[in-house]
Amino acid sequence: MKGSMQPRRFRIDKVYWETDDTFTHELIPIDEGRFFNFHPGQFNMIYIFGVGEIPISICGDPDINTRLYHTTRVVGDVTKRKQHLKVGDLLGIRGPFGNGWPVEKAKGRDVVVIAGGIGLAPLRPIIYHFLNHRDDYESITLIYGTRSPDKILYRKELEEWSSRLDMDVSVTVDAAGRTWKGPVGVVTKLIPRIISNPDNSTAFVCGPEIMMRFTAVELLKRNFAEQNIFLSMERNHKCGIGFCGHCQLGSYFLCKDGPVFSYDKLKSYLSLKEV
Amino acid sequence: MYQEVDMAKLNPESVVILQKDDLAKLLNILRSHSYQTIGPTLRENAIVYDEIQGMEDLPIGWTDSQEKGSYRLEKRNDDAYFGYNVGPYSWKTYLSPARVRVCNASRSENGFNVVQETGNAPNYAFIGVRPCDVKAIKILDKVFINDFCVDNVYGNRRKQSFIVAVNCTEAGNTCFCSSMGTGPKSEEGFDLCLTEIVTEQSHFFVTEIGSDKALEVLEALSPQTASESEIKEAERRIENAAQSMGRNLNTDRIHDLMFDNYRHPQWDDIAERCLSCANCTMVCPTCFCNTVEEKTDLEGDNAERWRIWDSCFTLEYSYIHGGSVRHSTKSRYRQWMTHKLASWHDQFDTSGCVGCGRCITWCPVGIDITEEVSAIRNSSTVPEETVDQPR
Ligand SMILES: Cc1cc2nc3c(=O)[nH]c(=O)nc-3n(C[C@H](O)[C@H](O)[C@H](O)COP(=O)(O)OP(=O)(O)OC[C@H]3O[C@@H](n4cnc5c(N)ncnc54)[C@H](O)[C@@H]3O)c2cc1C
Ligand code: SF4
Ligand code: SF4
Ligand code: FES
Repeated sequence: MKGSMQPRRFRIDKVYWETDDTFTHELIPIDEGRFFNFHPGQFNMIYIFGVGEIPISICGDPDINTRLYHTTRVVGDVTKRKQHLKVGDLLGIRGPFGNGWPVEKAKGRDVVVIAGGIGLAPLRPIIYHFLNHRDDYESITLIYGTRSPDKILYRKELEEWSSRLDMDVSVTVDAAGRTWKGPVGVVTKLIPRIISNPDNSTAFVCGPEIMMRFTAVELLKRNFAEQNIFLSMERNHKCGIGFCGHCQLGSYFLCKDGPVFSYDKLKSYLSLKEV
Repeated sequence: MYQEVDMAKLNPESVVILQKDDLAKLLNILRSHSYQTIGPTLRENAIVYDEIQGMEDLPIGWTDSQEKGSYRLEKRNDDAYFGYNVGPYSWKTYLSPARVRVCNASRSENGFNVVQETGNAPNYAFIGVRPCDVKAIKILDKVFINDFCVDNVYGNRRKQSFIVAVNCTEAGNTCFCSSMGTGPKSEEGFDLCLTEIVTEQSHFFVTEIGSDKALEVLEALSPQTASESEIKEAERRIENAAQSMGRNLNTDRIHDLMFDNYRHPQWDDIAERCLSCANCTMVCPTCFCNTVEEKTDLEGDNAERWRIWDSCFTLEYSYIHGGSVRHSTKSRYRQWMTHKLASWHDQFDTSGCVGCGRCITWCPVGIDITEEVSAIRNSSTVPEETVDQPR
């Protein structure tokens, strides 16, 4: 299977519209193998028949391997066609690819999850993981920033997590009308509020590159160690298996060395333009 | 002077002599072993690799004259079979073809079926592979066949391939294999390796045997072992090539030199000249990047996915929603050269450049990688914001 560009077929079992431009597919494998195992932070190459193939993070619970979840924001050719697929339609999957979030490095520590926009999708599995193994971790904090209240993903889960006593959830929006009671502003503004114990904390960050850069800077200011800040990077992907070259970032192939790196491994590149 | 070689005792390191006529026989033997024989031929005013049926298909008595941005064929004053260096094509054309189907699907109710690919690949025997190109194939092996993954396209073709290398006895003007440690003599990675010797009286090949497969193929020819003087003569001629290298690239600390100079003004200077035409990546024997294109029939009932060569010089290469990551020509050239000479070491534990000189010869504006490295080296200053080393 690995080394092949031929996808495994999955059937769409449910479609959830998260916002006006973002939807989640719940998928069931129909070709060989009934299970799909993955690590939080890994992604699949998703094939739409007659259209093309794109990288999309796996966003379900890593302890559930009979169904596969993907949340997609509509931006261009492939995602536009993907949104019109209906329950019962088939799509192709190759994966899982990438290293995923190093959850074992956070054992026994405070964990801080910081998401921007669609960046919450690749982070949702890690939140499930922390909650499934709650005793392995100290405090759990989620900071999620998005453009406006109507762009909030996974409302049901966010409400559920917010109501838990063993987890701290903050949602901030860049701009909002009067009905919004939560904080307004970029995610970095919330960081000073939540961090008490930087030496024993590990941060997992995903969002637009600029958001991740500023978030890392803010965490460093709060005395986070560089190797305790993990970012998930984005580049063009055509194969997912190390052969097409597109996903390179300096010496890394994101599909095999990444997409997740600690800040110390990225900082030389993040300070440069057009790498 | 000659003694018959006892094939049973011949070890793969043995050196034998193949006479000119033996080469034609060798080709026939390979073809009878169902190899498709690919070698240099004359086409489009250049020497390009194509199927050869017999030795008469080789560019016998021709040579090439190369300079930056220029390539010319010239007549030699002998009938050498391999009296030229490398042309615009390389063996990647056969091992990772410019266009190859990687997936085939047909519409079904609610979706599609994937037609399983057979995995059949042609059996190639490559005739006349230069030492730099032998090394280039070894480098592609690391890219496509590694612990992480094995590429079916390359892997299936490669495991069946038979390589007849030819050491260089004359170097081209744009060659710098000596600098890169890849030539002018091939040390490993071949089945057979020839050194051609043409004199007034004789025409033969001092031949190293590099594999058991090659032993088997040679059996019918029962070649004689090479004498010491013949081996010496071959070495002298290879040394001649080493001495006549047209170019030179100082590789001292090259990895750090590239990474320390991301901000060097020379990149702007190159960007003034570079057309971003991607020729350098197409002719380079190790550039492997590709993209995948979806092709559907008119009814939309069948869809095929084709892997086609791509280049880091295109804007689409680094496109992500919102725009290309490497927008400027400067950043694209920098990506290419830094990859070839520096990141490749981190990724595959080898240089990505073998010093074949193709990118110099075939650049329409004559950009020369060796000159650009010297320009950076000669004015490399510790940049204000020191760039940390990745890894
Ligand atoms: C590891 C990884 C995980 C991702 N996870 C998600 C996710 O969970 N949800 C989600 O909505 N999006 C995710 N993305 C982004 C998603 O891949 C792009 O939005 C998508 O490829 C856009 O394709 P398009 O054809 O609709 O857009 P177009 O703009 O029409 O794209 C044209 C081509 O460029 C490529 N391309 C465009 N944008 C990107 C991009 N951002 N990243 C990589 N290639 C791109 C596509 O392969 C496509 O072939 C992820 C990207 C990566 C690299
Ligand atoms: S970079 Fe240029 S000289 Fe080096 S291997 Fe590629 S084409 Fe040959
Ligand atoms: S260096 Fe020369 S061959 Fe390469 S892209 Fe620029 S102009 Fe084209
Ligand atoms: S996506 Fe093709 S090399 Fe990483």
